[in-house]
Amino acid sequence: MAGWMAWTWPTAGFFIFVFCAIATMGFLEWRHPGGAPRRGVLGIDTTRGDRLFLSLLGSAFILLAWLGIFSTPIYGGVVLAVLWGTFVFMKV
Amino acid sequence: MATKSDNNRAWLFVIPVIVLVAFNAVVPLMTVVNYSVQETFGDNVFFWHGLGWFEDVLRSERAHAALARQLMFTFTILIIEIPLGVVIALTMPRKGVWVSVCLVLMALPLLIPWNVVGAMWNIFALPDIGLLGRLINSMGIDYNFTQQPLAAWFTMILMDVWHWTSLVALLAYAGLISIPDAYYQAAKIDGAKGWAVFRYIQLPKMKRVLTIAVLLRFMDSFMIYTEPSVLTGGGPGNSTTLLSIDLVKIALGQFDLGPAAAMSLIYFLITLLFSWIFYTVMTKDEGQ
Repeated sequence: MAGWMAWTWPTAGFFIFVFCAIATMGFLEWRHPGGAPRRGVLGIDTTRGDRLFLSLLGSAFILLAWLGIFSTPIYGGVVLAVLWGTFVFMKV
Repeated sequence: MATKSDNNRAWLFVIPVIVLVAFNAVVPLMTVVNYSVQETFGDNVFFWHGLGWFEDVLRSERAHAALARQLMFTFTILIIEIPLGVVIALTMPRKGVWVSVCLVLMALPLLIPWNVVGAMWNIFALPDIGLLGRLINSMGIDYNFTQQPLAAWFTMILMDVWHWTSLVALLAYAGLISIPDAYYQAAKIDGAKGWAVFRYIQLPKMKRVLTIAVLLRFMDSFMIYTEPSVLTGGGPGNSTTLLSIDLVKIALGQFDLGPAAAMSLIYFLITLLFSWIFYTVMTKDEGQ
């Protein structure tokens, strides 16, 4: 049925990861409602959903930059993206 | 929980929206992601290509040039349309019969289909038979948008300003008429004059609608296709080939689904980033 969508395991893994992250946000919101708002180092108000969005969007640009500058393999970019995500969840 | 005070039935009403979004946004987006890492020669047969297409697009002069043109177009029309729309809204009448006349006249360009706008402006600006083209040439200015890149850009921006400034004006007008008279009375008592009233009463009260106007105009102009495509077809040369026009050339003209998908995703990420920046900056210090 989904043959026309041309699935591959790497892209499926990516979407499973994103959906798991969103589901985790849903679970956290259920256990601790309110979204844990705060004002971080960037001077903007964020909830944990905003922080997930920023981590993913930033990671996408980090990986694109790595790909554009250093080409494959992108392990270094992945490390940077994880660091960026950690920074966003701790400080932003 | 002994008593259940919340009625959770509302969640059922969200299901149609989820299904709709799944089929018109999530599933196509997933498919584009899948295409972007594969090569195909048609017949629904795909080969793994890794991140090669992304690398190609990131290093392609052609994509860089199209992106630069796209950004220039979008920021030019934003710089013109947002202030112009606000000025028009400020000069529109607030009471009386002219209100309806103004509103209808302003709404007219918004009702015209995009390809018709392109075709209208194409004929309107032709140097030999078009009213605008003949007029400009009769003033002694050499103007031919089918051959001169600068003239093509001028026509394209004029067309977009004509088509969409009324959207900004109508939104700003809606923000203006929602300001209670008490604010103006208070300003009068304080001795505030024109600019102060605009700066401290009208502009802050219009902030929310202007946020929507900027976001709408940014996204619409960033993905604009039909109007420039009908007006200039990306020419002369490549001078008005915006991102979307380039994308269609790659995806449908050359049927390179992989590179087109990779380019679409980069395009999508840029739109997402700019929209987030605009939204965050314009709603900053407002609380949740």
